[in-house]
Amino acid sequence: MVKITIRGNMATALGAKLSRPDVVPAYPITPSTLFPEKISEYIADGEMDAEMIRVESEHSAMSACIGASACGARVCTASASQGISLMSEMMFIAAGMRLPVVMAVGNRALAAPINIWCDHQDTISQRDTGWLQFYAEKNQEGLDLMIIAFKVCEDKRVLLPGMVGIDAFVLTHTLEAVDVPDQKLVDEFLPKYKPELYLDPSKPMTFGSFGTPEFYQEFKYAQVKAIEKASEVIDEVFAEFKKKFGREYKKIVPYKCEDADVIILTMGSMSGTARAAVNKMREKGKKVGCCKLTVYRPFPGKEIVDLTKNAKVIAVLDRDISPGFGGALYGEVAAQFINTSEHPLITDYIIGLGGRDVLIEDFEEIYDKSIETVKKGRVEKPVEWIHLNQEVL
Amino acid sequence: MEKEMYEVRFHGRGGQGAVTAATILADAAFREGKDVQAFPIFGVERRGAPVAAFMRMDTKPIDLKTQIYEPDSVVILDPTLLDVIDVTKGLKEGGKIIINSSKKATEFKFGKAKVYTIDATKIAMKYGLGAKTNPIVNTAILGAYSKAVGNVGIEAIEEAIGEKVPRKKEENKKAAREAYEETRGK
Repeated sequence: MVKITIRGNMATALGAKLSRPDVVPAYPITPSTLFPEKISEYIADGEMDAEMIRVESEHSAMSACIGASACGARVCTASASQGISLMSEMMFIAAGMRLPVVMAVGNRALAAPINIWCDHQDTISQRDTGWLQFYAEKNQEGLDLMIIAFKVCEDKRVLLPGMVGIDAFVLTHTLEAVDVPDQKLVDEFLPKYKPELYLDPSKPMTFGSFGTPEFYQEFKYAQVKAIEKASEVIDEVFAEFKKKFGREYKKIVPYKCEDADVIILTMGSMSGTARAAVNKMREKGKKVGCCKLTVYRPFPGKEIVDLTKNAKVIAVLDRDISPGFGGALYGEVAAQFINTSEHPLITDYIIGLGGRDVLIEDFEEIYDKSIETVKKGRVEKPVEWIHLNQEVL
Repeated sequence: MEKEMYEVRFHGRGGQGAVTAATILADAAFREGKDVQAFPIFGVERRGAPVAAFMRMDTKPIDLKTQIYEPDSVVILDPTLLDVIDVTKGLKEGGKIIINSSKKATEFKFGKAKVYTIDATKIAMKYGLGAKTNPIVNTAILGAYSKAVGNVGIEAIEEAIGEKVPRKKEENKKAAREAYEETRGK
């Protein structure tokens, strides 16, 4: 294992390279462009034996992923923002056809107004496509989660596509030190993909064919059972990864939550700043902790309840918005508690949309608001926006 | 508690290599056992337009993912920027400013900040780095940084140049070393 300094896109590209994909169809888009650039460089330099398909759109990229994966190839791609929106139709098909395509994402806001910066709307809005979703806090996680995603997605009990999100610019363009796993160890951890069923002219069969009312529900039910099963498979793969490479992953990672009155729930790069903020507040005697969600699909509802149920308030941070409702994560966390007799008050904070920086002061403000909620004993405003500039409204 | 995190802001123009300077400095600090981050100003870069880049290092693992608002030092690759932008914005009290300039450090005044100058353009030209109209001064200025700030060694910077600079590695190392030797402060 060697340690080097690289940007986030290079980390996910390196994670992909180490996973030895056979086919990489990709269409470049900011902030993910460096991913296909690195892959084509690896191939040109003879460091990677893969077919790169330069397509004319993201819709075509995902279509090519589906075709190649159905033929039994290990396939990956990368995209972001509008690119993922354009892929959406084909993403449902990749999941429905049970194809373990892996995508590296540079999480970016959706237009309009046009914005190239960090936001989780692009992938959150695809949460119902049936893809597994992982979110990285730092470049190391981006690299490791690519390898992990292939292993989970290709597991016979799962056979579903998955994506690894790294935050636009905060990770994609930021240089950090990364441990590069040894290729030999990755090969042992992730052997060649050998599907039982694949398209073969000598043994004709159909994938994704017509699903009439007698069968459609059963197809969907089987697909849902597979992503539920993925929850268990992820735990197994995380454990195996730790044994092999020494780094520990969990679907949800608590920090100083045991005695916390207020627990702040985050995803992505802001989770690091959350820990720094918790440390600062703990020095002042404030009983606050934070939890980082690494896996968003399958949703680790049970784990969230177990880790946060003793808090007085759970402050959910959403870097996304479902207009007319609130943040997606908030709704899902709240739903986990609805059938428990006693539970913490749950509030939602919309934060960091379109690349607005998430600061330590923001976490302090959220803590103060949460303590107000504790004092009142009820939630007056379930969804609040942080750092809103009233002057321009 | 002793402050161990150290943050640097680079000012340059698009195409001058400010982002690469931040990258090389981070890689050098990493070689000396620090945890590091280096990043450009988040957005779109245009050749010739003012750009900024940032470097954060710490003896402990860095959790913080915010941008840098109050740097400990500022490095200016292009002296014409001094008339255009407030390079001292957010600079910590007693912070250091390293300027690519043929002038003496005493000719600059920025409140309590300590100023260091180096004629990085001249050094870059001497070693044939970049074009005459657009010399690449980022490696020379890092030699000056090493001398002025002292928290990243010149040897580590030379090693990082060997890793991160695609062409003229030896010339770039020599430029950094020469700037290191020649840097003066007030």
